Amino acid sequence: MNGQTQAGGILGRLDLQALPFTQAIAHPGASELIASGAAAIVVLGAIATLAAITRFGLWGAFWRGWLTSTDHKRIGIMYIVLALVMLARGVLEGAVMRAQQAFGLGGGFLSSDHFSQLFSTHGTIMIFFVAMPLIAGVINYVMPLQIGARDVSFPVMNQISLGLTATGAALLMASLVVGKFSTGGWTAYPPYTEAAFNPGPGPDYWIWAIVIAGVGSTLSGINFAVTIYKERAPGMTMFRMPLFCWTALCTAILLIFALPPLTVASLMLALDRYLDFHFFTNDLGGNMMNYVNLFWLFGHPEVYLLILPAFGVYSEVIATFSGKTLYGYTSLVVATMAISVLSFSVWLHHFFTMGQGANVNIAFGIATMLIGVPTGVKIYDWMATMFRGRIRMTTPMVFSSGFLILFVIGGLSGIILANPTIDFQVHNSLFLVAHFHNVLIPGVLFGMLAGYNYWFPKAFGFRLNERWGRISALLWIFGFSFTFLPLYFVGLMGMPRRTLSYSEPLFQPYMQVALFGAFLLVAALAALGVQLWLSIRQRDQRRVFAGDPWNGRTLEWATAAPPPEYNFAVLPVVAHRDAFAVAKENGRAYLVPERYEDITMPRNTSLGVVMMLASTALGFALVWYIWWLAALAAIAIPVALIARSFDPDTHRTIPAAEIARENRAWLDAVANTKAITRGDEDTARNTGRAAPEWEGATP
Amino acid sequence: MIRQTMRHPGLNLGRDHGQAHDHVETIVFGFWVFMMSDLIIFGLMFATYATMQGSTAGGPGPVELFDIKSAFFQTMLLLVSSLTFGGASLAMRHHMGAGRITLWLVVTFALGGGFLALELRDFAAMIGQGAGPWRSGYLSAFFGLVPLHGLHVSAGMIWIVVMIVQIRVFGLVPAVKTRLLRLALFWHFLDLIWIGIFSVVYLGGLA
Amino acid sequence: MSDEHSDFRADLRQYLTGFALALALTLIPFALVWWNLAPRAVALWIIAGLAILQGIVHLRYFFHIDLSRQKREDLQLILFSLLILAMMAGGTIWIMANLAQRMG
Repeated sequence: MNGQTQAGGILGRLDLQALPFTQAIAHPGASELIASGAAAIVVLGAIATLAAITRFGLWGAFWRGWLTSTDHKRIGIMYIVLALVMLARGVLEGAVMRAQQAFGLGGGFLSSDHFSQLFSTHGTIMIFFVAMPLIAGVINYVMPLQIGARDVSFPVMNQISLGLTATGAALLMASLVVGKFSTGGWTAYPPYTEAAFNPGPGPDYWIWAIVIAGVGSTLSGINFAVTIYKERAPGMTMFRMPLFCWTALCTAILLIFALPPLTVASLMLALDRYLDFHFFTNDLGGNMMNYVNLFWLFGHPEVYLLILPAFGVYSEVIATFSGKTLYGYTSLVVATMAISVLSFSVWLHHFFTMGQGANVNIAFGIATMLIGVPTGVKIYDWMATMFRGRIRMTTPMVFSSGFLILFVIGGLSGIILANPTIDFQVHNSLFLVAHFHNVLIPGVLFGMLAGYNYWFPKAFGFRLNERWGRISALLWIFGFSFTFLPLYFVGLMGMPRRTLSYSEPLFQPYMQVALFGAFLLVAALAALGVQLWLSIRQRDQRRVFAGDPWNGRTLEWATAAPPPEYNFAVLPVVAHRDAFAVAKENGRAYLVPERYEDITMPRNTSLGVVMMLASTALGFALVWYIWWLAALAAIAIPVALIARSFDPDTHRTIPAAEIARENRAWLDAVANTKAITRGDEDTARNTGRAAPEWEGATP
Repeated sequence: MIRQTMRHPGLNLGRDHGQAHDHVETIVFGFWVFMMSDLIIFGLMFATYATMQGSTAGGPGPVELFDIKSAFFQTMLLLVSSLTFGGASLAMRHHMGAGRITLWLVVTFALGGGFLALELRDFAAMIGQGAGPWRSGYLSAFFGLVPLHGLHVSAGMIWIVVMIVQIRVFGLVPAVKTRLLRLALFWHFLDLIWIGIFSVVYLGGLA
Repeated sequence: MSDEHSDFRADLRQYLTGFALALALTLIPFALVWWNLAPRAVALWIIAGLAILQGIVHLRYFFHIDLSRQKREDLQLILFSLLILAMMAGGTIWIMANLAQRMG
């Protein structure tokens, strides 16, 4: 045992020194003030949220309607809310780092420790608590609707996944207020993160946030894969699924197989730190290179599991807003599958320079270049879908267009980096930072924001404000370009990543342009908020209760907006790809079903909340060596699961009569509303019923 | 053998089990996916063990540490427990009653307990001679891999106890039957992993 | 119904066959090492081969996995997992061995 792991009384190694406020009083400085300001925002934000819920008497509704809900739609929305909150923190941290580097010629205003925490939290948050919850949320919401299912296969496990992801995010937020986060980057490479060099709580926060959220993601992957395999509506063969579901399936497979290496690597690091193991230490036969290997065994499939659902969103958005069926469906499916398998064969390109021989590097370099081929196929498919389409430049299409142009630049810089000889020159430089932001922001973030704009009316029953949506989209596009395209150039000039300050004046103009871009990105984030605020205020003019505001092609548009908790009154029978578009053409949409049946749905349960509280207590106790609390929480988790397995009454039945009443009321309203043409799409006349696009339209 | 429509890999209950047979497909498939994810974890622990075999840092290696006799008895206990769990599965499939199922589960539990006792005795002996995980990278890899399997066995034993209680409380309702099916897969899975451990760690180290 | 509900003896024979084969495949490598019957390199190959065989025996007789049945997606899942595992574990050993060799 380590001497230090035995320290402490009832609060372990936690004391007042851990609060940033005491630090700011003791040593006032820019870094300390920013740190305690951020901590204050977290504390005040949490208090304000709780106070607002109490003030408006919403605890009951919040508990019954959301926290204990097993509805995949509610869970999906909660994932996305979590992601957007974390996105705000991540973007602001990025802006602070840009500001530091813009003034970093020979100094700057941040301490090196604070700057290191910033790039560590920024990366960890953006990957694990923005991108992952965004894709989990969108898949959760959309995929069961698209395959004509009532819910995911394991609704309670779905709730637990959300709880565990929220735990990770909570630990990261706690690290702002209590103690501090890791300074070891989002990859947390040992030996720097070992107890010998970093005995404090920082790396422990990273470990437990990642491990707990990682378990949640693995369970999500299992849930999504089983749902797609087993819950498809009658007639919905695999090759009739919307493309988004294919990408969801591939993402699920990647979650199932790529998360274990991360769990293994971070738990080994935990064993090193807590129980004096020697997996990655400098001494006694430890080998930190195996950590790098294990981490990227996860890390590379990770970027594909993030980008694939975004590709799925673009496929849906581009087909819908071009008024055409998706071009090259089969090739897109094959490309998606090829990417998922190949993504397990390229991880070494993240550490070409670690010292292995040329043969190893070449093998992985070639594999990396190969994976660009299926991605290229997709780009052409999307362009061919737009070709001769009747394109409507809605907000999702603005995001998609920005993606097509910018992602090609990012992808090509990736092909450059795939060459080991070039990688030796530019690795660990800002060129790399530019590359991965160039694929992640236009790829993943734009895709998810396009999906947010596209499916929002389905989820809430009213459309988002188009004008502010487009303003936000353009700000994201230009903000990205000004922030990250200059980094390619300074990277080639030799500026290393994660640099606090520099002495080369040539770098500074680029850094100042990048700071300007960062302002645009903060403005883009604000515009997103304005859009949401205005849309909620104007919601009565934006209602789309009939459920099909965009003349959609797939099954999720065939039900009301927002959909009933059981999704479809009668499960649809599918005979074609683009099932809803075909139904509308044949006049078979909105038919009154001949008979209704009882529907069995899972009851609400507090298991997810219990798991979240217990795992948060576990993580926090382990970080601060509060052993009694850790033991208590570690016992509470299996006890709660076992207790749940003794509850025989987990489902309830909605009677057919109730379903018939709701469904007939909706169908009546749809029949009485006027179908609109695409010219009226962004007007109050759009109540969610689409007229055929033009007379005699056939595919 | 089992001539019928297979709904999932593993022992199928058969149509005369009604709901327990019809609704099991999704649940068992989900459990298979979970086991495959777990398999990756074990696979990476094996790979790490393989790469750290030389990292003894001057400390003891397999020849000084392992007792082939103990490894052999552990292997036998686990293999026989796979067979006795098969007894429980067959008793369920062929409607031989809750008593028979419980009896086989108790026997399986006892065999698992014997396995764990032997394993823990070995660990205690190693730690007693100063060969704990803190001694070297090699021993870290050993104590990462083998006790991980032991933890799984412990979890399986807790699960057996829970199932014995549930059989008493609920009787053989469909939910209990599908849980027993999954527990059977889990228990056989542990024996499958053990093949890797005795072959790579014990026999591979002593050969 | 009788065809559907295969008889108990056939089922039992499955488990017993599996157990007998697994027992043999366990005893041989243990005997090999216990009494030092083969040089190390040969013994390692035999142990590896028998372990793979025993794995197949377990899959066939204890997990009842059968190539000729329906529900291929489950079988595909297992094969896919093995492919990914081979890539991950094989790649790890390849990379780490290469590094060790160049550092030695």
